[in-house]
Amino acid sequence: MTHILAIAGQLAPAEQKYLLQARQMQALSFAVHIPLVCFGIALPALLLYVEWLYLRTGEELYRTLARRWTRIMVTLFAAGVVTGTILSFEMGLLWPNFTGTFGGVFGLGFAIEGFSFFMEAIFIGIYAYGWNRLSPRAHFASGIPIAIAGFTGSLTVISVNGWMNHPTGFRLSDGRVVDVHPFRALFANSYLWHELIHMYLAAYMVTGFLLAGTYAVGRLRGRWGRYERTALAVPLAAAALASVAQIFVGDWNGREVAAVQPTKLAAVEGLGHTTTGAPVHVLGWYSDGRVEYGIPLPRLLSLLAFHSTNATVQGLDAVAPSDRPPVNVVRLAFQSMVGIGSLLALLSVIFLFVRIRRGRLPESTWFYRALVAAGPLSVVALIAGWVVTEVGRQPWVVYRVMRTSQAVTGASGIPVGYATLAGVYLALAVGVAWVLRRHQQAPLDDRASSRQTATEPH
Amino acid sequence: MHLYELPVLFALVGLALYAVLGGADFGAGFWQLLAGKGRPADEIRDHAHHAMAPVWEANHVWLIFVLTIVWTAYPAAFGSIASTLSIPLFLAGIGIVLRGGAYALRAGTATPREQRKVDTVFALSSVLTPFALGTVIGGIASGRVHVGNPGGSLTSSWLNPTSITIGVLAVANAAYLAAVFLSGDAERRGRRQLAERFRVRALTAGVGAGAVAVIGLAVLRFDAHRLFTHLTRGAGLPALILSLLAGLTTLVLIWRRRYEPARYTAALAVAATVAGWALAQRPIFLPDLTVQQAAAGHDTQVAIVVAVLAGGLILFPSLALLFRLTLGGQLDYEPTTDTQASVAGRPLRPRSGHTRLAVAALLAGIGFLTVADNDWAHAIGVACLLTFVAFGCLAVLDGEILNSPTPTQPDNQREGQAQR
Repeated sequence: MTHILAIAGQLAPAEQKYLLQARQMQALSFAVHIPLVCFGIALPALLLYVEWLYLRTGEELYRTLARRWTRIMVTLFAAGVVTGTILSFEMGLLWPNFTGTFGGVFGLGFAIEGFSFFMEAIFIGIYAYGWNRLSPRAHFASGIPIAIAGFTGSLTVISVNGWMNHPTGFRLSDGRVVDVHPFRALFANSYLWHELIHMYLAAYMVTGFLLAGTYAVGRLRGRWGRYERTALAVPLAAAALASVAQIFVGDWNGREVAAVQPTKLAAVEGLGHTTTGAPVHVLGWYSDGRVEYGIPLPRLLSLLAFHSTNATVQGLDAVAPSDRPPVNVVRLAFQSMVGIGSLLALLSVIFLFVRIRRGRLPESTWFYRALVAAGPLSVVALIAGWVVTEVGRQPWVVYRVMRTSQAVTGASGIPVGYATLAGVYLALAVGVAWVLRRHQQAPLDDRASSRQTATEPH
Repeated sequence: MHLYELPVLFALVGLALYAVLGGADFGAGFWQLLAGKGRPADEIRDHAHHAMAPVWEANHVWLIFVLTIVWTAYPAAFGSIASTLSIPLFLAGIGIVLRGGAYALRAGTATPREQRKVDTVFALSSVLTPFALGTVIGGIASGRVHVGNPGGSLTSSWLNPTSITIGVLAVANAAYLAAVFLSGDAERRGRRQLAERFRVRALTAGVGAGAVAVIGLAVLRFDAHRLFTHLTRGAGLPALILSLLAGLTTLVLIWRRRYEPARYTAALAVAATVAGWALAQRPIFLPDLTVQQAAAGHDTQVAIVVAVLAGGLILFPSLALLFRLTLGGQLDYEPTTDTQASVAGRPLRPRSGHTRLAVAALLAGIGFLTVADNDWAHAIGVACLLTFVAFGCLAVLDGEILNSPTPTQPDNQREGQAQR
């Protein structure tokens, strides 16, 4: 058993009665923001593809589709901007001692992300409002920086998460952070890449399944013209291919976690004791050092994590009870993510098989019913994945360096803030759902909002 | 000037740009709030909305820029400020969410009644946010935030004379900037009547903001004496004079309907107040922490300076493009015109080669990522899997699927098969 002496931090650690509420408030903020990020990453690329089809074929259908998706992008980007702002405020509002102590190490990632954010905001302004005014080629070109910035933005943010899970690029000396190398800490960190690729593919899955799902609803109601089929096929293709690739990227993630964060892996699998030839349990419940009511698959964990059926996997008992994450939360989240991911991959393989073999879209009504469910399920899997990463790292905010309880603010009023934010986010969700529905129903040439403008003599 | 002062200079430039550009967007909301009812009021609210629609998100990012610079380069100061001033910062955050939500919602409104409701939420949050951020500046400027978690009172750190004054000044400056910018935008679109209405508002708000600034100086004399001394007798004085002159020039320009140059003098007047605060407060960040003491290590300072300079090389040309297009009317909302030239194109063809390439990339990806156990192999494996996704998309979405002229009927599978 190793005992870890964490540092106190730059500001005095504070007594906080509502640490759990602070963590929940942070989790709520992430759960609202991350699905929006998916659209920021994947939708610009899908849009550009459709607009390229328009430039290539000259068919108005593609342009109409791209303009409709532009509205979705603008709405969701606005929601993403403001929920992302809340996250950056919470770095100080909820975790001032974390930011105050390690800002010099990880802050650079966010500072660079700010520039990606700038590029996204600037070119979304040009792209969304330039449809009628810019030449077709210039308009297409104005979309390219949005797609690039979506990728670089997630890269820099995830570099910070990778660092929190695998802190490098600094030394501790008498409880002070010294010898700081921010670039090395963030970008030469082996923990960045698998997290990034996993999230990048997840973004295409969430965006693709949600978008295709809305057109699947239309098909079930009998709307199935060429426009709808194209609008369904493009996001579905991206999501399906990403789902297949995600199986292997997910497996890679598991091996990286096994190497760097054995306690997290033990929590994921509910492995109470260090075991040679460790099994995987499907379903079940962790209690008293073992998984009960689960279906055991002998030696599979050793095989998956270390590519050897006889490998020794470290159990939860290797660290003190106070250094272990809440096992069942992590385990349930992991099983949900993998279970949903497998179902989505299965659906994807069916789609790809029908497409390649028969040269058409699937025709079974059940396929489209499953596709309607795939969108929300992919969001659940996305959030569950982040729960594995974040709750699985507990009780640490910076793995084995600073505890979450040391990072938290000493200010009072967390329950009030939490309740207020929950209320505001509920209103935001209702509003965004309402406006997306309006966009879906409204004719493309939206004259309503300019009725007064148009009547004034020019 | 030392290296450790460069990031704070960047942050202040960002703050000044946020006060000017973001401020004008907040001010647009302010005028929506006071627009009243009826057709002229609807025109004012519409104009205010459309003028800021393409730019507000980019302008908002300056706030994020300032936050990230401060927490990277001066982490302990950031932590102390955020925990002490948590209430006004949270209120500003809520205001920002409501504002962005209202902006997104407005595009879906169908009736003037719905629009008025959404605009009211937008307008109220546009007043709340700059006020709350102004009280944060006031808390720092009057020395009420010390190092700690929290490093001062959660209430009196922002509910105090200096904070309230700077909060009101932030709202007044926003209203003034917005009125100046919006008269210019209305004039550019050839809408004289509307330009006149905003001209009157610009003149009123300009005098109002000036009055708040003068009262503010009196408040500082009693509530933040160190700042007052440095502002009126020390390093801050030139900035104060510059702000005054720029403000007066703006009033004259607006009076004479010279809206375009007035944009720049109005911006200068507001930016100079930020500079004045910084010069008067230097070299102190918090009462018990100088900028030098607050600064993170040398490598972090170098990294942040490199990142900002490199980022600026991409950012400023892009911003210039956005503002050139906006001020040139290229992004104006004109529902009736559709000047998009039609594109001559060729039909898509089936592409069977892509399928084979995608399958090959998938197999190679599995081999390098899953079987091999080495960082370089993993990198190649990831590249192969991404190639699989990209070529897979091209293979799936070829002419065969996108051009198929026979719609497959949802409720009649056999007929669909027969037609094919």
